[in-house]
Amino acid sequence: MTALLQLRGLGRDFAGLRAVDAVDLDLAKGEVRALIGPNGAGKTTLVGMIAGRIAPSRGRVIFEGRDITRLPAHRRMRLGMAYTFQITSVFAGLSVAENVALAARRRVRGAALAEAVAAALGRVGLGDRAGQVAGDLAYGHQRLLEIAMGIAQRPRLLILDEPTQGLAEGEIEGFARLVRDLAGEVTILLIEHNMDVVMALAERITVMEAGRVLAEGTPAEIHANRAVQAAYLGGAGDAAAG
Amino acid sequence: MRALALHLGLLAGLLALHFVLPAYHHGNLARVMVLASYGVGYNLLFGYAGLLSLGHALFFAAGMYGAGLMVQHGGLGAAGAFVVGVVVAAGVAAALALLALRTVGVGFMIVTLMFAQAGYLAILHFSEITGGDEGFVLPQAGRMLGSVDLSTPDARYLAALALFSVCLLVSLALVRAPFGRVLVAIRENEERVRMLGYDTQATKWVAMVLSGAISGAAGAGYAILFGYVGASFAEAQYSILPLLWVLLGGAGTVLGPFIGALFMFYLIDLASGVTSAHMLIAGVALVVLTLFAPQGIMGEVRRRLWRGLP
Repeated sequence: MTALLQLRGLGRDFAGLRAVDAVDLDLAKGEVRALIGPNGAGKTTLVGMIAGRIAPSRGRVIFEGRDITRLPAHRRMRLGMAYTFQITSVFAGLSVAENVALAARRRVRGAALAEAVAAALGRVGLGDRAGQVAGDLAYGHQRLLEIAMGIAQRPRLLILDEPTQGLAEGEIEGFARLVRDLAGEVTILLIEHNMDVVMALAERITVMEAGRVLAEGTPAEIHANRAVQAAYLGGAGDAAAG
Repeated sequence: MRALALHLGLLAGLLALHFVLPAYHHGNLARVMVLASYGVGYNLLFGYAGLLSLGHALFFAAGMYGAGLMVQHGGLGAAGAFVVGVVVAAGVAAALALLALRTVGVGFMIVTLMFAQAGYLAILHFSEITGGDEGFVLPQAGRMLGSVDLSTPDARYLAALALFSVCLLVSLALVRAPFGRVLVAIRENEERVRMLGYDTQATKWVAMVLSGAISGAAGAGYAILFGYVGASFAEAQYSILPLLWVLLGGAGTVLGPFIGALFMFYLIDLASGVTSAHMLIAGVALVVLTLFAPQGIMGEVRRRLWRGLP
């Protein structure tokens, strides 16, 4: 089996509102998948169900062939997932190195821990800021720290929830390089509004609208898809990308 | 290294004071060390894990009554009674944690407060065993550690110092270990910790059991060293006191509970020598400190002088 993650009929209602209907999705090992769609399409709810933050109303989540629908979030993370938050949520009062160490300590201890921390920080270019208090970092650096924490967990599935939100142009380029660098070692599920980033990075794109999967395909296919253009790239897309 | 030196230095200083303090302050300091041990237990849960309990008197009293009743009705000596007290307090904390940790924030405060009140009322209700309102004076047999009489000032001071040393060093080791780092991270952002793969519920449960056990050790120590077991120690006031000590001394600092307990003890002691409205003076001092050092005394030291202070 080459699928790392399979969703089968996954859905969630909030007080009668169908936030996610019944999503089927297959994520192959090693791919970079972008999840796009207008605000309120159910993207964050869907990844919330994958990561275990939100309990599904129906359907199943299968990770590496194992049904994990009923597992709590921390158990899923230990199985090899990592999740970076849409809203920056580093531990502001702790040092940069301690933030990453918390992420790495589930996996390594002792001397290997310092190495893992240094490696993850070096990867995102924060190697010289290890001793700083995380809350003192600039916003863009805090986002990078989030990703360093994800890397330090050494996941097989890395879920990035709007990682470029609020980043400057130059920072976005740096982020894109980082993701390209990670692709191949880790499967990446990327929720992203910035269409340039999506088109440049994703191997496949899943488009959601109103809780359903509207389309799925390569960036070229999605670009040419009229339904997608009508629903997303045309109206809301400009606003989101702008 | 510096941190360890600081804490060992304090303990060495307290040992040196044993030989030089006049009797009155010698006795006071013994009491402060036992109370500070209680504060250390409270601080572990409140200062590090960020869980504000209003019911720690339940654990203090569980240790006190666990030890006291074993002396009174079970005929145990000090050592055996102390162990029973700690185990009972840890057990009570373990059971309460299962319920209370299902809630957060204000809910957690209310659940802990209610159970502590229930514990207090239970002590009054079973007055034939517990002595009810009046409590009971501990028989001399329960104050003997082997052939050492813990009711003498010298032995009492040294036993209080030993108790405080163990609590302080255990607390220091815990907060510097990965476990303590996770507690601080939970305080800062529990959801993020969960998404790093930690079972935060289990971690908080362990923290509450350790906190309860240390608080119970202080309660058992208090009963044995000062020879009295009473329902007043299970009252809400004894849940608030450790909170005040920790806030004054600095929540989330290892030395904070001792500094806070010492400060408050002498504040009330000095104020009551001046006026009968001594709580008024204590109250004003608390307000001033809260205004100008909201992180508490050691918190202020950490902010201004030494950022790495554990």
